[in-house]
Amino acid sequence: MKAKIYISFKNGILDPQGQTVGKALSAIGVKNISSVKMGKYIEMEFSGVSKEEASKITDESCRKLLANPNTETYSYEVIE
Amino acid sequence: MKFVVVVFPGSNCDHDAYYALKHNLDVSVDFVWHKETDLKKYDAIVIPGGFSYGDYLRTGAIARFSPIMDAVIKEAKKGKPVFGICNGFQILIESGLLPGALIVNKGVRFLSQDVTIEVVNNNSIFTKIFKIGQKLQMPIAHKQGNFIADQETLHLLEDEDRIIFSYSDERTGNPNGSMKNIAGIVNKSRNVLGMMPHPERAAESILGSNDGIEIFKSMLT
Repeated sequence: MKAKIYISFKNGILDPQGQTVGKALSAIGVKNISSVKMGKYIEMEFSGVSKEEASKITDESCRKLLANPNTETYSYEVIE
Repeated sequence: MKFVVVVFPGSNCDHDAYYALKHNLDVSVDFVWHKETDLKKYDAIVIPGGFSYGDYLRTGAIARFSPIMDAVIKEAKKGKPVFGICNGFQILIESGLLPGALIVNKGVRFLSQDVTIEVVNNNSIFTKIFKIGQKLQMPIAHKQGNFIADQETLHLLEDEDRIIFSYSDERTGNPNGSMKNIAGIVNKSRNVLGMMPHPERAAESILGSNDGIEIFKSMLT
């Protein structure tokens, strides 16, 4: 059982890394990108829990530690 | 008055704070390791700068769960002064003792430079010896010092006079992009201060400025 967690900045939060990467992509000629956002990707593995329990643990982990509710949003998928 | 400087794995301004208190001000000060759980015998707590837990995940995010933080929060609620500097400010925000967030500087770079800050409010134990508008010189050294908060929180900070220091430098202006030029804020009870600039690194004239030591002095008077 594995959770894939995606954390990204809320809209309106300054993301200079994303902006810089976006500019760099334009500079090397990559076209048609309207915005780049940088975030975090976290994987967690579980043993001996149901999918439902794994989702619960993942959500709690995101709320308590992995994401800052002031600046970030999170989403995740649990796969067996 | 007995001070304590909390040491996390990755703290690196703990000795500067200790030195400023012990040798520049001749006050009683101990270090306490972050695994400790009791701060009852101390009168004032300093959360120093550095890179606790390597700034992994987010600055201050993991230190916030160190065992000592329960004691810090407990003593803060009793009204004891808690003073977070730089990474200490980041930890206090993550712990919920102070509002908002500190995100990456507007220019993305780590900034290590002298700045001028202004005393915006002197109604706090940390600033009571200053005049409002007084300018202080001290260094900053951070990458995540850009203070942000939602509009409601910003209004609250202004209405309750909780913005204590702001960046006020004719040359460098607002170095990191902080909203309202915020360099330091207090909690509602005014006993918890977080600031990004380093007063402990401006503790004697040989360091280029001794303006910083005045903040510690203010806590003693």
